[in-house]
Amino acid sequence: MSVATQEATPAAAKPAKKKTRRGPEHRPGLNRWLPYLLLAPAVLAELLIHIIPMVVGIWMSFIKLTKFFIANWSAAPSAGLNNYKVALDFNNAVGEGLLKSFGVTVVFSLVTVALSWVLGMAAAVALQPPFRGRGIIRTFFLVPYALPAYAGILTWNFMLQRDTGAVNHVLNQLHLSDGRTFWLIGSNALVSLITVATWKLWTFAFLTLMAGLQSIPGDLYEAASVDGAGNIRQWRNITLPSLRPVNLVLVLVLFLWTFSDFNTPYVLFGTAQPPAGDLITFHIYNASFLTWNFGTGAAMSVLLLIFLMIVTGAYLLVTGRRSRRA
Amino acid sequence: MRETQGFKIYRGVVLIVLGLFVFIPLYVMITSSLKPLKDVQGAFSWWPSNLTLAPFVDMWKTVPLARYFVNSTIVSVSATVFSVAIAILAAFAVSRFRFRGRTAFTTTVLSTQMFPGVLFLLPLFLIFVNINNSFGLQLVGTRLGLIITYLTFSLPFSIWMLAGYFDSIPRELDEAALVDGCGPMGALWRVVLPAARPGVIAVAIYSFMTAWGEVLFASVMTTEANRTLSVGLRQYSTQTNIYWNQIMAAALVVSVPVVIGFLLAQRHFVAGVTAGAVK
Repeated sequence: MSVATQEATPAAAKPAKKKTRRGPEHRPGLNRWLPYLLLAPAVLAELLIHIIPMVVGIWMSFIKLTKFFIANWSAAPSAGLNNYKVALDFNNAVGEGLLKSFGVTVVFSLVTVALSWVLGMAAAVALQPPFRGRGIIRTFFLVPYALPAYAGILTWNFMLQRDTGAVNHVLNQLHLSDGRTFWLIGSNALVSLITVATWKLWTFAFLTLMAGLQSIPGDLYEAASVDGAGNIRQWRNITLPSLRPVNLVLVLVLFLWTFSDFNTPYVLFGTAQPPAGDLITFHIYNASFLTWNFGTGAAMSVLLLIFLMIVTGAYLLVTGRRSRRA
Repeated sequence: MRETQGFKIYRGVVLIVLGLFVFIPLYVMITSSLKPLKDVQGAFSWWPSNLTLAPFVDMWKTVPLARYFVNSTIVSVSATVFSVAIAILAAFAVSRFRFRGRTAFTTTVLSTQMFPGVLFLLPLFLIFVNINNSFGLQLVGTRLGLIITYLTFSLPFSIWMLAGYFDSIPRELDEAALVDGCGPMGALWRVVLPAARPGVIAVAIYSFMTAWGEVLFASVMTTEANRTLSVGLRQYSTQTNIYWNQIMAAALVVSVPVVIGFLLAQRHFVAGVTAGAVK
């Protein structure tokens, strides 16, 4: 871990250093163009896969792009704001479905992010003082993160089967249930989603928080001990405030990831998603590819984007203001 | 943090609970892959009624797993090679030159990382369909389409992590190379890259993991001919049977290379991920 922090520092100090740097001074003609030449492949790839599709997606949300026009989209008639009206009309089936899915996703993200953060923090603090075997445990905790997403989720899918799964078996043996619970259909689907997503995600929180803990100077804790502060007070008065910058980014990243999680519902439920597990990305995916109505799908995507941008903006604004006051 | 008695109890409880949470699915995956079919069709058991390696043999026959493997390997390796090469060039520009648009570039590239994939999915699918119609270049249902798509997924993080690595290499080194008559590209190739090798390895592993595990775009952009493991593993459920023992065996086999790669490079990787988060 000491290596890790050493390597992390220069990267963290990057913005400050850059301003004093200047390109090689000889051969000014080439050097003016060289950076752009170096960036060209990256720019091209980003344009093709991200930027242009995003612009096209916004445009798509304003046309009547049903399956008849997919091969010849330029012929699709304009829809004006119709796609948005359909998506946001909560009295009809499409709008109602989107609203419900949105509600499910909000609950899913908030609970998953909170659980992942708590577990990650608990483990990071437990592994803060060095002891024999710490490195091995840390490596072991990273396995769910290293596993391909679908491999882990498939295993959970098997474990959550009603008649053959490990979860019902264990619950039955502990006399917590009759062992006949449906986990993948009905209202328990949300619980299953949260469990599986947390299993994969808490590791990332752990990884990040653990690295953050390494950068807190040990003297702080020693001084606090001398003053008679116990471990809980040390955590509250030293660890938490020191981790604030890490937490700010971590929580935002975790939220953005979980809110647009597609892998977990898709691999866990297949295309027959239960309403309680109908996460928004999955909902948009099904709305588009089952009905081939890309216009409304695009409108829903744009609404999702707007929502995430507002949340991110508000988050940065609120947290930024608070740190300035502090 | 003092190691009081209370702290030791806390540590013990946390490590046992989280250890089990992480361990049980891995245990189920491994032991189920060693079970005969009847074991995974009845009530769950912690240990196989008789240990068998048959799932590891049969899994290749139930579905064309070998083809999925080849597809995933070609797609992931190619996406990794291109992504790393492109990222090295871009990171070198960002780290060593000051030019107009530098901040705009890094901000734009990084922010694309934050947006949900479904946003690009529909338009990209449509763009690919239309490229096929206009130019005859087939991108949906081919490996090429997947390679182009996947290489961009790891690009933002790779550029940014490599730029951090390059920044930590003293400028005096490439200036010495320039004095010795190397061009800027020579300095990159002979001085900067060798010094940044751990970073390059970590970025390569990250790119490979991203491509190897991608589900969303694979589910739309693949047909039987270019199907990758991430969607191919779903084919084990037929109408009469779900071969859970073979699914677990296949999941295990596709995981082992990436998990080992990741764990070997975790030191560099962790540094990169967290440098990002800390920043």
